[in-house]
Amino acid sequence: MAATVTNPGPKVNRIGLPVLEYRGGKTTLCAGCGHNAISERIIDAMFEMGVQPERVMKLSGIGCSSKSPAYFLSRSHSFNSVHGRMPSVATGALLANHTMMGIGISGDGDTASIGMGQFAHLMRRNLPLIYIIEDNGVYGLTKGQFSATADIGSKLKTGVVNDLPAIDTCSLAIQLGATFVGRSFSGDKKQLLTMLKAAIAHKGTVMLDVVSPCVTFNDHEGSTRSYKYMQDHEEPIGEVGFVPAFEEIDVEYDPGTTLDVTMHDGSSLRLKKLHEDYDPTDRAHAVKTLLEAHEKGEVLTGVFYIDTKKAAFTDLLNLVDDPLATLKQERTRPGRQVLEEIMGRLK
Amino acid sequence: MATTNAGAPSAPAPAGDPAAQGEATAGPATPPKPVINDFSIQVATVNGSGSQSANSVLLRSIFAMGVPVSGKNLFPSNIAGLPTWYTIRASRHGYVARKKDIDVLIAMNAETAREDILSLRPGAVAIYEESANLKQYRDDVVCYPVPFDKLTAAVCPEAKLRKLVKNMIYVGVAAQLLHMDMEAVEGALRKQFAKKQKAADLNWAAVEAGYNYAAQTLTKADPFLVERMHATEGKIIIDGNAACALGAMFAGVTVVTWYPITPSSSVVEQLIDFLKKYRVEPDGKASFAVVQAEDELAAIGMVLGAGWAGARSMTATSGPGISLMAEFAGLGYFAELPGVIFDIQRVGPSTGLPTRTAQADLLSVAFLSHGDTKHPVLLPANVTECFEFACAAFDLAEGLQTPVFVLSDLDLGMNNWMSDPFAYPEKPINRGKVLTAEDLAKLPDWGRYKDVDGDGIPYRTLPGTDHPKAAYFTRGSGHNEKALYSERPEDYQNLMERLARKFDTARTMVPAPLVVQTGKSKVGVIAYGTSDFAVGESRDQLKKEYGLEADYLRIRAYPFAREIREFVASHERVYVVEQNRDAQMLSLLKLDLPAGETTKLRSVRHFNGLPIDARSVTDEIVMQEGL
Ligand SMILES: Cc1ncc(C[n+]2csc(CCOP(=O)(O)OP(=O)(O)O)c2C)c(N)n1
Ligand code: SF4
Ligand SMILES: [Mg+2]
Repeated sequence: MAATVTNPGPKVNRIGLPVLEYRGGKTTLCAGCGHNAISERIIDAMFEMGVQPERVMKLSGIGCSSKSPAYFLSRSHSFNSVHGRMPSVATGALLANHTMMGIGISGDGDTASIGMGQFAHLMRRNLPLIYIIEDNGVYGLTKGQFSATADIGSKLKTGVVNDLPAIDTCSLAIQLGATFVGRSFSGDKKQLLTMLKAAIAHKGTVMLDVVSPCVTFNDHEGSTRSYKYMQDHEEPIGEVGFVPAFEEIDVEYDPGTTLDVTMHDGSSLRLKKLHEDYDPTDRAHAVKTLLEAHEKGEVLTGVFYIDTKKAAFTDLLNLVDDPLATLKQERTRPGRQVLEEIMGRLK
Repeated sequence: MATTNAGAPSAPAPAGDPAAQGEATAGPATPPKPVINDFSIQVATVNGSGSQSANSVLLRSIFAMGVPVSGKNLFPSNIAGLPTWYTIRASRHGYVARKKDIDVLIAMNAETAREDILSLRPGAVAIYEESANLKQYRDDVVCYPVPFDKLTAAVCPEAKLRKLVKNMIYVGVAAQLLHMDMEAVEGALRKQFAKKQKAADLNWAAVEAGYNYAAQTLTKADPFLVERMHATEGKIIIDGNAACALGAMFAGVTVVTWYPITPSSSVVEQLIDFLKKYRVEPDGKASFAVVQAEDELAAIGMVLGAGWAGARSMTATSGPGISLMAEFAGLGYFAELPGVIFDIQRVGPSTGLPTRTAQADLLSVAFLSHGDTKHPVLLPANVTECFEFACAAFDLAEGLQTPVFVLSDLDLGMNNWMSDPFAYPEKPINRGKVLTAEDLAKLPDWGRYKDVDGDGIPYRTLPGTDHPKAAYFTRGSGHNEKALYSERPEDYQNLMERLARKFDTARTMVPAPLVVQTGKSKVGVIAYGTSDFAVGESRDQLKKEYGLEADYLRIRAYPFAREIREFVASHERVYVVEQNRDAQMLSLLKLDLPAGETTKLRSVRHFNGLPIDARSVTDEIVMQEGL
């Protein structure tokens, strides 16, 4: 008689999938590249949130960062488009099927230089999309030129010093209309994972600038995007906590020091203040704080701004509930009498 | 006498135009032999003076009298203040191309009046403001001075409306002089002001004032008359952009993106009106999304993103927008993404003449983007084809999984044309080769870029397909049949060869050329798009005046169908007529034809910003034929 061995099997999430089903192809990026750590956190967040991979669309521009959708969620459709234009592709894709979740991966070059126009208009539309800038201060893929997010005074390996001011994508996103804006660091596992999970629960544009060191071209002394620099200068504006809708809320919190934000899907985003008086629902205050911190040489991280009330672009368009992509002919081609009526009026 | 033409859109009358000399008698002295339903009117006004309604009433009155008619707005790139011309052509033969000569000038723009009258051929007619005394410039033109301001003041007490109402006076004057049926005029006017009873009454009073003035004061001394015919019964009048918009709606378009640019804006503006009226569901929700994008790069990006995710998507633009779309067009070709792009051509290069017409985007569109890129291009020649090709373009884009361009132009897009009512599309919508979750469940394996059927067209899945194997990775970089990244030489070459095979398949899917031939003629003519109007008339001229019966093939799409090769092979000389400087269609044909055939091609080009006219085509062919 054979003994029955019960194999506990791999741990599965609430929809019964193991984390393996959230993985992607093997990375071809440099070992130690911050972008890889971000891919790992995306896998964890999607797994923990129990997102059905087939319900996700991955979109990206061009750059080392934009390659990374190949390294997570192989079961999701993915679109690696052209340099700086992922926002428009994402917009079209999400209009075609507004029932899908969209995650867009960009780089600091892809966003803050060639893609600035589309970035601005994406934020302005508040399209439901998680937009991640994997920010290393350089163009990794073209071998290390400065990007427009590089800080003034920072130095390339070759000794070239950047003498132009950095574009702060977070304060821009806040001004332009994004409804969930934050910064994190690829090396800060816990914070990044929590922010990603909250991003999944949000409906509207989530703009996360994730500092992601380029070990090959921008991790040296004199860089302001190195692991070392971040260890010394990261300054969380608050502690980010997240309780997904499908979990019981049992953790107590102090309303005096913690802001509890109910997300679109009923999840709870808990922002514990470390900076006194910081109010992540006040746009002007958020922008001012970011500017001041930057002047002090601090790299603020955390959720800077959140608005769960503003209508998402797909809501403004008042679309039918079903995806436009798969509407049947009966709903997309008006009947014979409509054409006859129009022709009659033109006679 | 000498005629000048600086700045005016009309060319001086050619001395040897037999039609012009034969039919109109110069000078008012002898009673002229009547010319019935065969003349052109040019109204010269100032942009923004509100003459559009008056011109439309004039056009529609002739139409209502059953006479084939066409109207063209020759306008400046300006909102108000610069000269603008509107030409109407009535033709009992059904010719709707621009007529080279103007027969009746209505000179309402004091600034250009002198030039306008100087540009007329002898025997033409001029209606003008009395005080301008244009007669001083021409004694060989039939002159009808009219005190427009005085007549306007009498019917329109409100001073600020007079500028608009004044235009209706010339409608009345022309109606009387041309012996038009006042019932038809009133019908057209009431239709124009359908919802504005007061405006209709005021404008009608002006028409009557003009009519009565002409009847009482002017003595008819020209030959031109409108007589009732029955050639327009059941016909519609529509502009090409509206026809494209309708085609798109009936194709089931779901995502529309655009960035405004003349002359394409009214495609989307009119489409929005149609969609709001006919595609909002009973619960008030829209089965479509329209986005005014931040620029044309974003517009095409959205189109391709939407097409990738399964929408029927489109954008409309003109030359400058096409240039901006170049990078994305290559991505669409290489990653095999459907989308429809309407290019309503205007005159380039650069900003060029943004309110004038041309067919000069052909080559840049056919090969838009870097690398070995090429695109199917549909070439509608009339409003019916605008409707039909717009509709077909979506099936083609999804059927071929590639961007498809519809090349119209300003003349077709922004002017009013007569047509039979459009036929309801009987063919059901065809979404092309899309695998569903059920299909995938039955397949052991699939490859996004695999040529399963041998026609070069692979199968795709849409995001959201509920099957773990549905997903694939779309990229503009090298990929293999499984859509995996690849730089292997054989993978790249296989892919490019399959794309070429797919383009070959497209030859049989796009609209076939139309051929008219006797089988006896050594001379053939090839044209496309709006040059068709002039070529049809020119072929009649060649036959009637020179005894040359030329066969005709009209190209309706790129890639070229095989019939085009056969047509060239069966003629000794083939004239390729087009509206650009560089003989773009001829060049494109050369790439496709066997080497021995290319020497047969001869070029007839027209590129001054005005729509091509028959006489220019005839003269050029006659010259090259040595007739
Ligand atoms: C139109 C165009 N111009 C230039 C390039 C070359 N290019 C590829 S990636 C890149 C910069 C990428 O920088 P970033 O977005 O910061 O990504 P990273 O590699 O640093 O992750 C450039 C300039 C391109 N692909 N397309
Ligand atoms: S070059 Fe830099 S950004 Fe690119 S993969 Fe290597 S470490 Fe990452
Ligand atoms: Mg970078």
